[in-house]
Amino acid sequence: MTRTTNGSDLAVDVHGLVKHFGETRALDGVDLAVAEGTVHGVLGPNGAGKTTLVRCLATLLVPDAGRASVAGLDVVRQPASLRRAIGLTGQYASVDEKISGWENLYLIGRLLDLSRADARSRADALLERFSLTEAAHRPPRTYSGGMRRRLDLAASMIGRPRVLFLDEPTTGLDPRTRNEVWAEVRRLTREGTTVLLTTQYMEEAEHLAGALTVVDRGRVIAEGTVDGLKARVGGRTLEIRPADPGELHRLLGALAQSRAAGPAAPRADVAEGVVHVPVVSDAHLTDVVRLLAERGFALAGVGTHLPSLDEVFLALTGERTAPADTTAPATEEAAA
Amino acid sequence: MTTATATRSPAPAPVRDVGAPTPRDHLRHVGALVRRQALQAKGDPQSMMDALLMPIVFTLLFVYVFGGAIGADGDRDRYTDYLMPGMMAMTSIGIAMAVGTGLNEDLRTGVMDRFRALPIARSSVLVAKVVVELGRMLVAFAVLLLVGLAVGMDVDGRWAELGAAVALTALFGTSLLWIFMLLGLLLKSAQAIQGASFLALMPLQFGSSIFVPVETMPGWLEAFASVNPLSHAADAARGLMIGQGPVAQPVLWTLVWAVGLTAVTAPLAVRTFRRRT
Ligand SMILES: Nc1ncnc2c1ncn2[C@@H]1O[C@H](COP(=O)(O)OP(=O)(O)OP(=O)(O)O)[C@@H](O)[C@H]1O
Ligand SMILES: [Mg+2]
Repeated sequence: MTRTTNGSDLAVDVHGLVKHFGETRALDGVDLAVAEGTVHGVLGPNGAGKTTLVRCLATLLVPDAGRASVAGLDVVRQPASLRRAIGLTGQYASVDEKISGWENLYLIGRLLDLSRADARSRADALLERFSLTEAAHRPPRTYSGGMRRRLDLAASMIGRPRVLFLDEPTTGLDPRTRNEVWAEVRRLTREGTTVLLTTQYMEEAEHLAGALTVVDRGRVIAEGTVDGLKARVGGRTLEIRPADPGELHRLLGALAQSRAAGPAAPRADVAEGVVHVPVVSDAHLTDVVRLLAERGFALAGVGTHLPSLDEVFLALTGERTAPADTTAPATEEAAA
Repeated sequence: MTTATATRSPAPAPVRDVGAPTPRDHLRHVGALVRRQALQAKGDPQSMMDALLMPIVFTLLFVYVFGGAIGADGDRDRYTDYLMPGMMAMTSIGIAMAVGTGLNEDLRTGVMDRFRALPIARSSVLVAKVVVELGRMLVAFAVLLLVGLAVGMDVDGRWAELGAAVALTALFGTSLLWIFMLLGLLLKSAQAIQGASFLALMPLQFGSSIFVPVETMPGWLEAFASVNPLSHAADAARGLMIGQGPVAQPVLWTLVWAVGLTAVTAPLAVRTFRRRT
């Protein structure tokens, strides 16, 4: 992906952004550059400052120091014009529960200075696009969580924003709805919208974002392309699940004694009942599998996977992320 | 995955620094928000019932239970004529009280965040609220006056004066809307607002000329009741509707209170709203 260093082509341009809440430094000098027409992921654990960053960029919070512009407009000095250029879906649903889904969208259209007819057709079109036509005339308090989220996303797209902010857009969605949201984000990018999305899932970043900024405690701890970050964090890991969890340590021992162990030490995850083996090459992978077969281990599962957010953090900061998030989607296991 | 290289269909409109909304934009925004509030009100008939319940119960209670005793020469219908103008003022205060609660609810949900990220003036949200509540007051006055007619109120052909009384009371009610809006923005919870409003309401309502003439009260209470703005509003509407007693003075006082209260509390409410959101 090409990164423009020329300021005029940046959809989002942030320098040294600081925001305090009392003693908490929610943003502690954040720099960020998002090229026009791309999807940029901001990845970070709970409390990293993702929401604070998005709220500063959407003019909902005034930063204490630093400078930020969106679509070439300054967040502090030109908020009125900036608001015409952006769409925002906050972390928590912000639809009016008491009026119908259609009325919600029509209202936003009118507040964005669309004509009555435009606001009407835009509302119809977006409801259709997010499979909400059936529910259009019901109030969102009768919607499921996913439907509400979809309405929220539709609402942020009414004005065909140039830059769209999505704060954890798929948290709490089922896989089907999540895929719908992802498809919609891709489609928007094709239409020229720049998307800045925050997420706690490496998987989401992998699917959508070209570039990634990893934040922790208000600071940027890494940035680059998704692939580049993965390279820094480490390559594939082979995950071996013995049929009998009691065999975990015997398996680990067998690996350690043979040359199949590889340069990085294998590690047993007792809670999960698996052994992780960092693999360096296809030949190495083959060696490990052959060894397992020779020793006659009964296996329940074998798979390779790319690093998870947790592992990214472990590698970048030497610390684990906040207590494991149970809602995180499981890491996909690709056949080796 | 790289999305930057994907072919682009028509790009969004180029961004210009167009600045703040124009007065016409403001009108459109307030109009759209009024529609939202009106739809909310339509979907919640209960709140209209709540606004009307107290005034109607009080009307029936005072006319039938106390009317015979209080009315001059035991004339119940004359008491009804006396009571109804004041009941309009009481209705307006009841509706104004509920406003603070609704606003507080809006602030706690994410809806306000959405509005704030849109290119509209913050005050549009408050102005729309006032417009809708004013509409609610007028509907409530109409229902209340119908009840009044049913229990013996006599308009006596003074329809124009009745209209003037309604307009004046609505104006007075609007200033109350701003006060309670300010309270709603200053106090943390809806319960706190209700509690505070209720405490203030009782002495204000009964220590006024709404139910009985202030001359019948003991000196200290009469002193309070005759400066109570609710007395002025009730006296003004009564003067207009019955055509007896002083009119100019209470009307003037009511206007002074309404304009004064609005001039002070409306800007304060808008400022507090900006700061809190
Ligand atoms: N309004 C506020 N008042 C006080 N502290 C706040 C406020 N908003 C955020 N914080 C603090 O700022 C820090 C960053 O919060 P933020 O909500 O930006 O994190 P986040 O990355 O969005 O987390 P999550 O993944 O949980 O949504 C946290 O320590 C949080 O407690
Ligand atoms: Mg957040």
